[in-house]
This record gives sequence, C-alpha cells and structure tokens, in this order.
Amino acid sequence: PSQKPKTKRSKRFLESRAPKLTENVKTAMIMKGGNTSQTVTQALKDIYSLKKPNAVLYKKKNITRPFEDSTSLEFFSKKSDCSLFLFGSHNKKRPNNLIFGRLFDFHVLDMIELGIEKYVSLSEIKTSKCPEGTKPMLVFAGEAFDVDNDLKRLKSLLLDFFRGPTVPAVRLAGLEHILHFTALDGKIYMRSYRCLLKKSGCRTPRIELEEIGPSFDFVMRRTHLASDDLYKLAHRQPKALKPKKKKNISHDAFGTKFGRVHMQKQDLSKLQTRKMKGLRKRKGGVDSTEDEAAAAPKQVKVES
Amino acid sequence: MAACSVEQLLAKAEAEEAEKLNSITVKKELDLEFDIGNLLAFDKNRVEVAVFRQQKKDEFLLALARDNTQLLINEIWKQPTERVEEAIVAKLPDPVTPLPREKPPPKAKPPTKWEQFAKLKGIQKKKKTNLVWDETAKEWRRRWGYKRVNDGTKEWLIEVPETADPNEDQFAKRVKAKKERVAKNEFNRLKNIARAQKGKAPGLGLTPKAQQSKDELARAVSVAKSSTASVGRFQDRLPKEKPPKNTGKKRKFEPLIGNFSNEKQKQLELLQVMDSKKPKMDITKAVNKQMREEDREEAAAKYKKGAGKRGRKGNMPGKGKGKGGKGKGGKGRAGGGGGKGRAGGGGGGGKKRSKPGKK
Repeated sequence: PSQKPKTKRSKRFLESRAPKLTENVKTAMIMKGGNTSQTVTQALKDIYSLKKPNAVLYKKKNITRPFEDSTSLEFFSKKSDCSLFLFGSHNKKRPNNLIFGRLFDFHVLDMIELGIEKYVSLSEIKTSKCPEGTKPMLVFAGEAFDVDNDLKRLKSLLLDFFRGPTVPAVRLAGLEHILHFTALDGKIYMRSYRCLLKKSGCRTPRIELEEIGPSFDFVMRRTHLASDDLYKLAHRQPKALKPKKKKNISHDAFGTKFGRVHMQKQDLSKLQTRKMKGLRKRKGGVDSTEDEAAAAPKQVKVES
Repeated sequence: MAACSVEQLLAKAEAEEAEKLNSITVKKELDLEFDIGNLLAFDKNRVEVAVFRQQKKDEFLLALARDNTQLLINEIWKQPTERVEEAIVAKLPDPVTPLPREKPPPKAKPPTKWEQFAKLKGIQKKKKTNLVWDETAKEWRRRWGYKRVNDGTKEWLIEVPETADPNEDQFAKRVKAKKERVAKNEFNRLKNIARAQKGKAPGLGLTPKAQQSKDELARAVSVAKSSTASVGRFQDRLPKEKPPKNTGKKRKFEPLIGNFSNEKQKQLELLQVMDSKKPKMDITKAVNKQMREEDREEAAAKYKKGAGKRGRKGNMPGKGKGKGGKGKGGKGRAGGGGGKGRAGGGGGGGKKRSKPGKK
C-alpha cells in the first residue's frame, strides 16, 4: 500500500477512505464517453445537480467502453473514492446512452445501460427548484419492478444512487423533493417533483406536486449484473452492526411484551401472609379445635 | 328527543371527520410498501397499459405521483416527532432495504498486549480531561504537551539522592532514562504491529528462547553464518564444525495455475522464437561450455605435458587461439545476441589471460 501518513491531516484522510463499520455516503462519478450528444451532456449535468454534493462531474471525455473493459472505471473509483458511476455516451447504435453502475471494493458490481428516449432538462422547466442536498423521497411504481429481475436490480441501483445520506431524523417542512420512477409499457419514466404541503383539516398535510426537475423516458438496454455470490458478499454486514438482541424479551401475536422473572427457591414456611391468629400453633390440642371452630366462621366471612 | 339529537350530532361529527380526511386519503387496491428510513415507497398496483396510452402521459404520471406521495407523507407523519430549535423533526427508523456496501467490512484487529491484559483484569479505560488545574501557576494547563503541568525538563534543581554517585550528572540521567522509555515504547508498538500482521517475525530458533533444541541452534548458526555481505562464502568454520547439509539450491518451479498473463507472455515468446529463423542461443550457457572445454583441454594438455616433453607447449596457445577463433566464428553466425556473442566469445577466449572485461 501507499506510504504511512506523516501528518494528522493525511492520517484522517486515509482513515475516512478505509473500510469502516458504518460507511460514508456513496459518492458518484459522472463522466462522458468518446462521443456525446447535447442531450447526454445536459442530462449528466442535471443528474449531477441532483446528486450534489456527493458527486464529481468530469469534464474530459474518456475513450473507454465500460461493458468491455472496466479497468479504467475501477482506477478512477480508487483515485476519487467513488462507488457509484454514471457514464454517458452517444453513438449510432446506442444513441443517448447512460450507464448507471456501482462498485464493490473498487470492482464493478452492477452496470445497467439506459437509453434516453425523451428528455426535458432542468432549465427547460421554468419553476423554482429545491435547494441542493435535500434528501429526496423516492417512489417506485409498477409491478414490473418486483417481477422482472433486471428491473429489481435497477430499483436497488437507483435507490442507492439517489437516496443520499442516511439520517436519524428529518425536518418535516424540508420534505420538498420527490423522485418518481414508473415502470410501464417496457419503459421507465423518471419524473422529479417539488411537493407543496397544503393545509388539510388534520395534522397530515395535503400534497400538491409541481414538476421541477429533469424528466426522463428511459428504455433498458444492456445489463451487467453481479453474480449471486458476489452480490451476497457485498451485502455482508459486520457482526458489530447487528442490533443486539435483548435476551428474555419475547413478543406474542398481539404485540404484548413478555419477559420471564426467575425467582430463587422460596421458603414457604417463612412466607408473609395474612396473620390468622387462630391458626397459630397452640400447646394444647383441645383448645386448638375450639379455637378452630371459633375461627372457622371468621375465615368464611373473610373469604366472602 | 335528546337521544335523537345526540345521534345526529355524532353522525355529523363523523361526516365532518371523514370530509377532513378526504383530502388526504387515497384509495389503492394494494397498499404500498414503505421503507421510511430511506424515504422510499413502492407501489405495486397494476396500471392498465391501454388506459395509460390513451391519456396524456405527463398528467397521468403527475396524478399517480401525487397519490403515491400523499400516502408516503401520511406514513412519515405517523412517525414520532420532536421539536429541535424551532423546527419540527420526525425521527426516522433504520433503513430496511438491504443495499450493498461500498467496501468489505474491516477485519478485526487482534488486541495488543496491553488490551489483552486489561480485558483479563477487567480494567476499563478512564477518559482523562485535557486540562488540569495547576496550583503553582493558578491556571488550567495541559496534561501533556506544550506548557504542561509537570514538565520534568524545566526543572533547574534536582536533588542528588543519597545512594547515587555525587559526580553523576542527574540531568543527563533523566534525559537518558526518557530516551530509553521512548525506545522501549516504540519497540513494543512495533512488536504489536508485527504480531497483528503475523508474518514478519523471525523464524524458528532465531529469537533466543529458554530451551532451544539442537536443530534450532544449528539453524540459527547457519542463518547467522550466511548473513554476511558475501553470503557466508568466506566464513571460517569452527574446528569441529561439520559442513552443513541440505544447503543445495532448491529448484523452484512456477505454480501450475498462477499468473495467467505471465504464462501467456512466456508462451508467446516461445512461439516467436520458434518462428524466427535464427537459432536461439543462451549466451551464458555457451560461455560456460566454452570455458569448461578450455579447462578440460588445459588439464589434458598439462597431463600430456607431463607425459611427453616440451613439444606440446608450443601448440597450446595456438590451440587456445584456434578454439577462440572457432568459437568466435560460431557465435558470429548466430548474430541474435550479435555484439554480445562476440564479446562473450572474446571474453571466454580471453579467460585464461585475463578477467573477462565486458560481460
């Protein structure tokens, strides 16, 4: 590996790039291929603005073909510490081509090629936009996302790409941006809206949507999906992250929490109960029977 | 009468409630699947393709998105909220959808010697404050570092203890002791690292132990002997020491399935050589062969000299020259390692006379 760090700053830099228990936000590198059209360059710029600040947009063209040789992509990812990439290109056979991909351990995990059939850019839709860096809400519609294997992976990839940092809490007024993906009719429609929270009678607001962002009509072209075992390997979580199971707590069907209390063995003769004076041991046996008779009605009353 | 009006009131209230909720309720066949930690909603409901194709796509998508977003917002509003600095914040649960990691999880580092001991004894790490109150200076000073509390280096007076030599320099003693502590710490740190990596420790028998077996000692001796600049060639042997066995060169082969590119390269080179019309020649082999031949001739000549008088002596240089010439000619033909061959031949031929100059 590289040299040992000599300053605290470089040490912190290397530590932030080292494998960790809870990882950083995934950054994306957005790059152009050998030949790009105006549509593709504008599309890349728009997606970069959606993904800011967790993205890098490269200006120069890279003459590589990701589906044939991914070494150049892996090199870039190692240098810039990015695990997502978006590669745009244009040629006669595949016009307006976008390749979404992700890497695991600086090796390509999944790559899905989408062709842009219709595209409306950010600048063409003249409305006020959401501030940069807002965590978007994501909605996937269409049963195809659950049925088709390729679309399932695409869903996972798009979620990974657009979700942003994982936060413990979110400001309710700041839920402005929503990305909506629909799989219909062999195509995937991506729309980006700004949601306005209107007053409704109750606490939960009524939603009105206003289209802001880029709108794409994609068609799925080639895919390069990871093999099952590589996919499983990429999902392995370290043991320390698993939530610690509290022992002795169990839930039943109704959601009632149950626990067991383990008692030591009790000496029943020393139990504290109600004092029945009459039942106390006497020296004489006769007296006790008399007293018992006297005590019996008392007992009965108490019990009732 | 009263009962009627109560019922009416209740019915009215219910109707009002329903109306209120109207604005936020959305009717769907299948409920959506939510992952609030990711602010994600998944709508599995079918859309009739024919219906979709009839309408204007964007409007249809807008309506669909509005419905789905409404449902998602309803779900998010069900989460517990709290107030953080004049903003209402909803606490999100952990994300549910499994997503692949960026890098593999880190390997657990083996505990250091101290960590093992602390675990054994149950010693907990105590968090120390950075600043300590200094009585003499009446201010907060660091625990360590610049202008620290107990700075031993700043002392201008050290009492000589009774047991010590009066002429000993106590200040130098302190400095030396500090240096030794620092060196010991560094040594222990490196040992911890070596133990963690577990490959760099010296081999068996080379670190002194209490009881060492005969072979371990022998191995240690042999390693020590060969750790000189000339790899032990000129080390004298002890009077009764036997020459070491098993020190021949081991033949190393390439692994069967190793470097594919290397293997490919080698095979291509082989094919190339086979293709070329020039004969392949190993220069060193040729030179060595030449030298051996010459030695043999020399030995034979000496023997013959001994046997039959001075007559042969005259032939020797001639023979040498002749051999050198033939060798040169042979090598010249090759031309593959052209210039080298000639130099090699020259060197080989000239071995008797002087050391081979150029190699």
